[in-house]
Amino acid sequence: MFYGSDLQNRLMLGTAQYPSPQVLREAIAASGAEVITVSLRREGTGGDAFRDILKESGCRILPNTAGCHSVQEAVTTAQMARELFGTSWIKLEVIGHADTLQPDPFALVEAARILAAEGFDVFPYTTDDLIVGEKLIEAGCRVLMPWGAPIGSGQGLRNKEALKTMRAHFPDIPLVVDAGIGAPSQAMEAMEMGFDAVLLNTAVAKALDPVGMSRAFGQAVSAGRAAHDAGIMPRRDMAVASTPIFGMAELA
Amino acid sequence: MISVLGAGVAGLCAATALSEAGFDVEVVAPDGAPPPASLLAGGMLAPFCEGESAPDVIVERGQAAITWWRARVSGLEARGTLVLAPPRDGGDLDRFARATRSHDWVRPDDFEPGLSGRFARGLFFAAEAHMDPVIAMAELRDQLTARGVRFHGGTPGGRIVDCRGLAARDRLKDLRAVRGEMLELYAPDVTLTRTVRLLHPRFPCYIVPRGQGRYMVGATMVETARSGPITARAVMELLSAAYTVHPGFAEAELIATGAGLRPSFPDNLPALRRDGDRIHVNGMYRHGFLMAPVVAGDLVRMMTEEKINAH
Repeated sequence: MFYGSDLQNRLMLGTAQYPSPQVLREAIAASGAEVITVSLRREGTGGDAFRDILKESGCRILPNTAGCHSVQEAVTTAQMARELFGTSWIKLEVIGHADTLQPDPFALVEAARILAAEGFDVFPYTTDDLIVGEKLIEAGCRVLMPWGAPIGSGQGLRNKEALKTMRAHFPDIPLVVDAGIGAPSQAMEAMEMGFDAVLLNTAVAKALDPVGMSRAFGQAVSAGRAAHDAGIMPRRDMAVASTPIFGMAELA
Repeated sequence: MISVLGAGVAGLCAATALSEAGFDVEVVAPDGAPPPASLLAGGMLAPFCEGESAPDVIVERGQAAITWWRARVSGLEARGTLVLAPPRDGGDLDRFARATRSHDWVRPDDFEPGLSGRFARGLFFAAEAHMDPVIAMAELRDQLTARGVRFHGGTPGGRIVDCRGLAARDRLKDLRAVRGEMLELYAPDVTLTRTVRLLHPRFPCYIVPRGQGRYMVGATMVETARSGPITARAVMELLSAAYTVHPGFAEAELIATGAGLRPSFPDNLPALRRDGDRIHVNGMYRHGFLMAPVVAGDLVRMMTEEKINAH
């Protein structure tokens, strides 16, 4: 449950960099995504026409604070987002460095605390650090969004062991792998590991065929989730024959 | 009589094509109307490069634009486009090559020695061209005037062909603005003779030589209708991209900046639309100079058929 909302489809899509709003609409439909995220910082209040197209998609909108580098910017952008979209959901991004787009965990926790106190449902974009995660929960977050890899890098799950640890450490908190996913196999792997959802943008928007790629991601995410729910067999060092040999005829 | 509303690139191309086809035309542009966004355009005729994100219809039909403009305006430079990427973003260049056609892998210095070895490889699109939009639009206007087409700001006297760009939002509800910001540099120390595109994950840009040491650097793409002056962020991004292409731009004089709103439909494709007796030519998005002549041709065919059917 993401702040009381259940989602059938666990792919969340970003809405930037598509060839056109029309292609974006088709990509959302092909993936089956129920949640889309949208930035506001640069577009400001003049971005109504594009936002109306997003609202028409019927998806739940998760506005984000992409492009914000300070607590104040992020809080102001979140307040504007609540007004424009009429939602308490906010994907909180506070960027620490313009080149790596790495989150600034200190400012993130501070902004999360302010926004949670103002009644926002905060989805913080964070690293795989457990203590930062705990501080965010203590600040009022009920969802965490650890990165797979730096934004737009397409590197996939760069630190799988840390993500596994995080999953084990926060068994009851919905965890969304956000950023760095480049291929459907990577999204599927995150779901197989037990993450609750995956959020991505560039891998679909910049594919040669964004609609085809979003469909592939939709399928990968649902396959990964189904596999996790069905119980994936543990790895073994030794071969174990899948057909029993006991009782076979001895012809020698 | 046909009254073309709007004197941006869509209106001027429509008026030119209609007038050349023998229609009686006037161009109506109210005094005090905002200057057309097309004056800030790159003036690139780059159908193949645009194919990176635009659908095939732009690539296929846009190719006719070079011939159209060459026959009508001076200063068209058919020197191709050079596409580059910083070494660490080489993957983007491979992706661009996969997404487009009619290009060759080249050593950039063989085409632009001024790049002095900073880029090991690039893509060259030989069949592309560029021109100065301000000059091209002034020349079309002069030619129209010479043909007896009257420009005025009064009441339209004929059948309306609406080329008002974003101002037509009063009738076209799905028309939206995509903001673009550009700047112009005077950099006599930099020598580039053709359009250079820099691929960059965050600050993609193009540089179009305007002659006499002047370069146009563009352009941002922001989903907003905010019409104010260029933002500091855009200046920073465009300048850092230009600097990546050629460090000589650091010493350039920043001689002009601009911000305009591209009229765009949801599919980012231009369209001819009927609206009662009125015909709209709109939605040029970032393809005004490439697609306005093409759509003007469609308009002439549509109106010629109507005329034949009416008799």
